[in-house]
Amino acid sequence: MIAMGGPAAEKEFVSVVRDKTVVADGVVTLELGRPDGSPLPPWRPGAHVDLILDRGLVRQYSLCGDPADLSAYRVGVLREPAGRGGSAYVHDTLAVGDRVLTRGPRNHFALDDAPSYLFVAGGIGITPLLPMIVEADTRNSRWSLLYGGRTRRSMAFLDVLERYGDRVLVHPQDTSGLLDLRGFVAGCTNGTLVYGCGPEPMLAALEDACGVRAREILRVERFSPKEEVHTGGDGAFDVVLARSGLTVKVGPGQTVLERVEAAGVNVLSSCQEGTCGTCETDVLEGTPDHRDSLLTEDERAEGTTMMICVSRCLGERLVLDL
Amino acid sequence: MTDPAPVLDDDPFSDDFLADPYPRHERIRDAGPVVRLSRYGIWASARHEQVFAALTDWRTFSSASGVGLADFRKEKPWRVPSLLLEADPPGHTQVREVMAQVLSPRRVRGLRERFAPVADELVSDLVERGSFDAVRDLAEVFPLRVFPDAVGLPEEGREHLLRYGDMAFNGFGPRNDLFGRAMADAEQVQAWITAACRRENLAAGGLGRDIWAFADTGTITQEQAAMLVRSLLSAGVDTTVYAIGNALAALTAHPGQWARLHDDPTLAKHAFEEAIRYESPVQTFFRTTTRTTDLGGVWIGPGEKILLFLGAANRDPRKWENPHTLEITRRAAGHVGFGMGVHGCVGQQIARLEGDVVLSALAERAATLTPTAAPVLRPNNTLRGFSSAPIQVDKATVRRR
Repeated sequence: MIAMGGPAAEKEFVSVVRDKTVVADGVVTLELGRPDGSPLPPWRPGAHVDLILDRGLVRQYSLCGDPADLSAYRVGVLREPAGRGGSAYVHDTLAVGDRVLTRGPRNHFALDDAPSYLFVAGGIGITPLLPMIVEADTRNSRWSLLYGGRTRRSMAFLDVLERYGDRVLVHPQDTSGLLDLRGFVAGCTNGTLVYGCGPEPMLAALEDACGVRAREILRVERFSPKEEVHTGGDGAFDVVLARSGLTVKVGPGQTVLERVEAAGVNVLSSCQEGTCGTCETDVLEGTPDHRDSLLTEDERAEGTTMMICVSRCLGERLVLDL
Repeated sequence: MTDPAPVLDDDPFSDDFLADPYPRHERIRDAGPVVRLSRYGIWASARHEQVFAALTDWRTFSSASGVGLADFRKEKPWRVPSLLLEADPPGHTQVREVMAQVLSPRRVRGLRERFAPVADELVSDLVERGSFDAVRDLAEVFPLRVFPDAVGLPEEGREHLLRYGDMAFNGFGPRNDLFGRAMADAEQVQAWITAACRRENLAAGGLGRDIWAFADTGTITQEQAAMLVRSLLSAGVDTTVYAIGNALAALTAHPGQWARLHDDPTLAKHAFEEAIRYESPVQTFFRTTTRTTDLGGVWIGPGEKILLFLGAANRDPRKWENPHTLEITRRAAGHVGFGMGVHGCVGQQIARLEGDVVLSALAERAATLTPTAAPVLRPNNTLRGFSSAPIQVDKATVRRR
């Protein structure tokens, strides 16, 4: 699952793919360990890690294994056909034995102490909830899980959940319809906390179902609207404008576009946020740090073009066809 | 502290207003950041700051109740609402993502090779003729020659595209005579459009089939695929016809700017951009508030319709110097002619491509453009543009490049 990323201040380390298994339609799990088998950083239920997949593509995945087992992290990855290539890379290219740069773990979705819990999962949103369920069960807290998905076959970890019997309500949409969130949340008693993870419409409906108590009792983890792209930081770099014969410095917090314009070069631009494509510029030398929402993975890798309103430089110098 | 909004009696969809909008825009802008249009019981803004703010805040200013005057919560829309235009995130996000991929920078770059020779050939024939109608012979002809092929539409019946665009854009206004006339043969036009959106009627290799490919992978449903093809057809034709026609009319009316463009045809894309600001093809869109909000010091309650005058925002002197003058080297970034925010025109790079290749081709070949008659307005509830703009051109004698 993809979670909102926090600031990337932690150290990165190399992990190795120890196992890759298809666990449902369109879902694989990866097991990641240190190359030398030494223990990984500890984590708590709700945590996620960044995987720096390929050419700087960063994706966040919730840890869904056992926190007590620090020999390996386990993550579940859904293939997202409309995604920007992260999940496709994991599904199609990443293989057992491959090394993956890893960052974290980090936790924005911690399991707070409560006498009872209601868990609501939508699709791959089950991943952060799995270790929470194990913990709640170990603590002998009262809990119940409502787990929705498109079809039964697309829903991962049903085998793991089986042993919890009727505490787990499995609702594939094709046979059971939409989740009855209102009915489920009606089971809240004093002190119950509701943990939800899944697609935005489900979370919105869940928030709605919790009503005025949402702020107090509801904890959610959202899928990020746009998968975060790895950036090379906000450092300064030089941009050579080949046709104009000018060189401009782009400092931290400045954009290539504004510096180019300040140098008197008239460039078309519009949205200033990397979504419209108007300021696309040919790159003659240097490696762009792509931060737009438009270029495909292939185009990013080629690096022959960039959106200068938001994208920066992975080195010290870019040469642009301006 | 907030002030009550000024109340105005203007009808932005009347013949008078549509014929000469700019002085009326100025009055509305000067009346206040947000005004009340009593005739329709709606809010409106003609200032850049407020229009921009509303366009870039979809949480408060929703599109799902329709981006025209009609409130879909209260009245039945004349057609099934668009998945893109008349929708909010999160539902909007995925289909927008599909369209952004179909119309990706790479795809649009690929279209240049196909569009540029067509523009060159068409323009060079017209320049040889010496005089022609910038709208009928060029602005209407070029997009219809390249865009339907790019989508992969059937050859037969393409004239329905302009009729459908006319319906769609008049449909955002009130049920006035303009709308009535546009809807005269609605059934036949809609039947052609519906058929054209089906997978089996779209040629392989076209944008239409690219959309359908996302239905094959399960990203969208078949119904969504057909609806998204419809979006291409309703938003992709008339808008570019108007934009190219308006750019040509504006450049004809500013001979010094044309001389500059003729001198350096690489300015064509800047000229097109500035023309979109100066004479915006899409003049208005509506939003509906989802909650109580303060816009420019005016409190607007939830569920209220607000008319955003895009064309007026693009001429707001609070934002632009000499707003009523076409200056092709101006920094036009920030104009809202393509909208802004999550609903910003997803096909804007195709529009820019079409404008660039037509204006470049003409700038290379024509030293001057001279009007031989005044442009004739083509009134529409949403679009501003002309049905005719006869011009005479002086052929450039020396090829400089």
